[in-house]
Amino acid sequence: MDAQGTSQGPILPPAGVVHGPLGWLRANLFSTPFNSLLTVLCLYLLWITVPPLINWAIIDATVSGTDRTACAGASGACWTFVKMRFGQFIYGLYPIEERWRVNVVFAVGILLVLAALSPRVPGKLWSGGAFVFVFPVLAYVLLGGGLGLPVVETRLWGGLMLTLVVATTATVVSLPLGIILALARSSRMPIVKGTAVVFIEVVRGVPMITVLFMASVMLPLFLPPGMNFDKLMRALIGISLFASAYMAEVIRGGLQAIPRGQIEAAQALGLNYTRTMGLIVLPQALKLVIPGIVNSFISLFKDTTLVAIIGLFDLLGMVQTASTNPEWLGSSVEGYVFAAFVFGCFCLAMSRYSQALERRLETGHRRR
Amino acid sequence: MAVEAKATSSAPRTPVWRDPAIRSLAIQALLLVVVLGAGWWLLDNTRQNLNRQGIASGFGFLDHTAGFAIVMHLIPYSEASSYGMALGVALINTLLVTSLGIFLATVIGFFVGVARLSSNWLVARLAAFYVEALRNVPLLLQIFFWYFAVLRALPPPRESVTLFGAFFLNLRGLYVPAPVAASGFGLVLLAGGVALVAALGLGLWARRRRVATGQDFPAAAVSLGLLIGLPLLVAAATGFPMSWELPALKGFNFQGGLVLIPEFVAMVLAISLYAAAYIAEIVRSGILAVNRGQTEASLALGLSPAQTLRLVVVPQALRVIVPPLTSQYLNILKNSSLAAAIAYPELVSVFAGTVLNQTGQAIEVMAITMAIYLSVSLAISAFMNWYNGRNALRER
Amino acid sequence: MTPATPSTGPAIQIIGMHKWYGDFHVLKDINLTVEKGERIVVCGPSGSGKSTMIRCINRLEEHQRGQIVVDGIELTSDLKRIDGIRREVGMVFQQFNLFPHLTVLENLCLAPIWVRHMPRPEAEALAMSYLERVRIPEQARKYPGQLSGGQQQRVAIARALCMNPRIMLFDEPTSALDPEMIKEVLDVMVSLAEDGMTMLCVTHEMGFARTVANRVVFMDQGEIVEAAAPEQFFNAPSSERTRQFLSQILH
Repeated sequence: MDAQGTSQGPILPPAGVVHGPLGWLRANLFSTPFNSLLTVLCLYLLWITVPPLINWAIIDATVSGTDRTACAGASGACWTFVKMRFGQFIYGLYPIEERWRVNVVFAVGILLVLAALSPRVPGKLWSGGAFVFVFPVLAYVLLGGGLGLPVVETRLWGGLMLTLVVATTATVVSLPLGIILALARSSRMPIVKGTAVVFIEVVRGVPMITVLFMASVMLPLFLPPGMNFDKLMRALIGISLFASAYMAEVIRGGLQAIPRGQIEAAQALGLNYTRTMGLIVLPQALKLVIPGIVNSFISLFKDTTLVAIIGLFDLLGMVQTASTNPEWLGSSVEGYVFAAFVFGCFCLAMSRYSQALERRLETGHRRR
Repeated sequence: MAVEAKATSSAPRTPVWRDPAIRSLAIQALLLVVVLGAGWWLLDNTRQNLNRQGIASGFGFLDHTAGFAIVMHLIPYSEASSYGMALGVALINTLLVTSLGIFLATVIGFFVGVARLSSNWLVARLAAFYVEALRNVPLLLQIFFWYFAVLRALPPPRESVTLFGAFFLNLRGLYVPAPVAASGFGLVLLAGGVALVAALGLGLWARRRRVATGQDFPAAAVSLGLLIGLPLLVAAATGFPMSWELPALKGFNFQGGLVLIPEFVAMVLAISLYAAAYIAEIVRSGILAVNRGQTEASLALGLSPAQTLRLVVVPQALRVIVPPLTSQYLNILKNSSLAAAIAYPELVSVFAGTVLNQTGQAIEVMAITMAIYLSVSLAISAFMNWYNGRNALRER
Repeated sequence: MTPATPSTGPAIQIIGMHKWYGDFHVLKDINLTVEKGERIVVCGPSGSGKSTMIRCINRLEEHQRGQIVVDGIELTSDLKRIDGIRREVGMVFQQFNLFPHLTVLENLCLAPIWVRHMPRPEAEALAMSYLERVRIPEQARKYPGQLSGGQQQRVAIARALCMNPRIMLFDEPTSALDPEMIKEVLDVMVSLAEDGMTMLCVTHEMGFARTVANRVVFMDQGEIVEAAAPEQFFNAPSSERTRQFLSQILH
């Protein structure tokens, strides 16, 4: 020990602070009597729920076999049901030999989205533009058929595929509509502003179900005889209009976050309204609202389950139909757990992404 | 300094197409024409389509006999009642689920939101798990889960799950004791009302006195005593004019008591647990939004931690919490329409479903339905805005 | 009305201009003539209407009575006139108002490309020449957020200059800057003045006013109280209000 150490003694932390795992336990679980009580309660709660759940889902579960008889004796989950119906849950009634088309669309879509949304890949404008303008055409041709591909009617579409088709279409369509509505709402012209306000507030004030009802029941009434769309198209129209009202509010939030000085500077340089908006305000505002757009995609993705009510079979609709099939009666829990797992993974991944983005934007903004 | 009477160049009249005022008028007129034209086109199509199908128009159908039964009605209703009555029943059922959902979601949400900020690691983790698990699964799926997987899987009445011998849960629903009022019960209710008014008045008076004279008055304790004591005293004086009617198994089913149908229970459970996850996040970010310096400043002034919380932190957190909370309440109202999927008799399933199918008067039915949702939404946000306006921050 | 060729009259003429915000009378009977090549400093207490006055000149604010004539064009609600005036008048703001999503070079090229229809290579060459003039050509590829306040304001001046304006308006260009950065911005402004630019400058930098201005205009409560050459303004102000103001800011 050196001279300094002997004369002063080493500098010790104050007594009573314990480090290491024991210290962590004391600081985070047993800091006060009340906290200790809470910890014990939570542990008890976990003890009575987690082991039975594991038993049910894994240890006593069945995956083998091809029908319900395989699960007859087991007390756990009957994953055989999910295994046998997996194809339907993902693709609906899409013909098995044509499912590769759906896979191609999924793969291309995911690649484009990843390229457009991940911070490190360059060329965002290209990947984003391709996703908004080229991808829908590709998806339409591949999924629906034509150009030499056999036609697959939309009534055969279903499962997770339908969920994704509806949510993506509605988001892509609602983006330009939302921009127009948001700009109209911030306009100084009373009739333009009023029209936007009425549309946005009415749509946001009513449940999505009523909009779906309107689209499925009333759209045929609104149109002249002979002019009609199939059921999926009607749902898409309804949901897209619904989504654009919410999108408009998200974008308006971004517009309001742009300082007034930006517009003034653009005007002082001689830029007109269209160019001020297109070159200065919207690029900044849209970047700010990407997290908001992702969030509204998440809620749209979840709300898509409502199409089950007007007779389209998305993932949840497929699970529901399959579990009411006499062949698989009593397997609804397994189906719901599977659907919840799929929805949960998708939504969690997306919301994590939007949170990370939000944090990044916040720091990026502060630097200014 | 040179001040000339006239500028060096005079301004000729602006050509109309470059005048912003005239441009704006033209754009608006065009928009008006397009909107009205499209509206007229749609309405005209609809009128012709309805004529072709021989469907009547107007609101006369509301007086016609409905001819269908509704499982759950809080006001007298039978198959002989009118469509208008059916609408009333459905609206009340919607409002019931909404208000119960708002109440439970708020309570659970505040609880979970505070738990997420707990210094106890396990509590904070469990609360975070609750939020992530419930928020990321579609509400409809949760409704289906509670209804089909839990409540419909319950045992038949004979094998009910029993709590305290008074609550029975089975396939047919949740049976709870029903209060039965005897004569003189009105007095007890009246006493309760008087106590409530007195407690409110007392609170106001105590606050004024505290601010004016600096003297404390234990208003909370006295109010609580008043609220419990006065009705109890009156009840005792009148000989407890109230009894509980217990549900009892008679044959294959329970008789007596109040029955909450499984659709209602599933709906309330799903909607309040789901919204609570969102409210928890709102509460958490509201509390986090209050600057740490505010607490420090308040403690430095000598206010106690409890006073700091009550007078400094909570009012500021509420300002952040209330606006998003309002939109959650509106979501609960709108989400109550999902009950149509499990045939709980609310607005969409009864009115926009059964009534629309029977009468075919799609326009009127949808218009009424949407108008009702809009007005209830407006009422909720008006109330919340009023509430928030009282403690809004005044800024330059 | 030919905005491209310079007229022979004064650069800016404001005659009997009034402006109200609702009931609040912000500008009262403003009369001011700025000759070509003249450098005018406008000063006055906060809320005296000096910023509002110069913002009226390029129609960021609308005046309600009186006339504003810029380079022979009278400012009316005619969009073409407003466009014409905005091309001839450059403006520098207190908060810089650079476009944060564009690089420095893109900030400079934006208006030449989109308003003057200049080809990009030409616009970039022009932009680089102005960046050299404000002595930060090495920052061309950076984003505004990566620059210091003084550098940002110099970029903002260069951005305005890229439109080859005949008149420059400065709205408190140094008020949002840290003291050590004020000089670099003032130096750029001084060199602009030496080149004969017509300048109308709202500022509290009295040193700048003394050395550069031809005239100093003092505003209070929406009125022009006094307008005089710097020596007279600082040494023998004619109005009591000016004297009070000067004693406050000059200690």
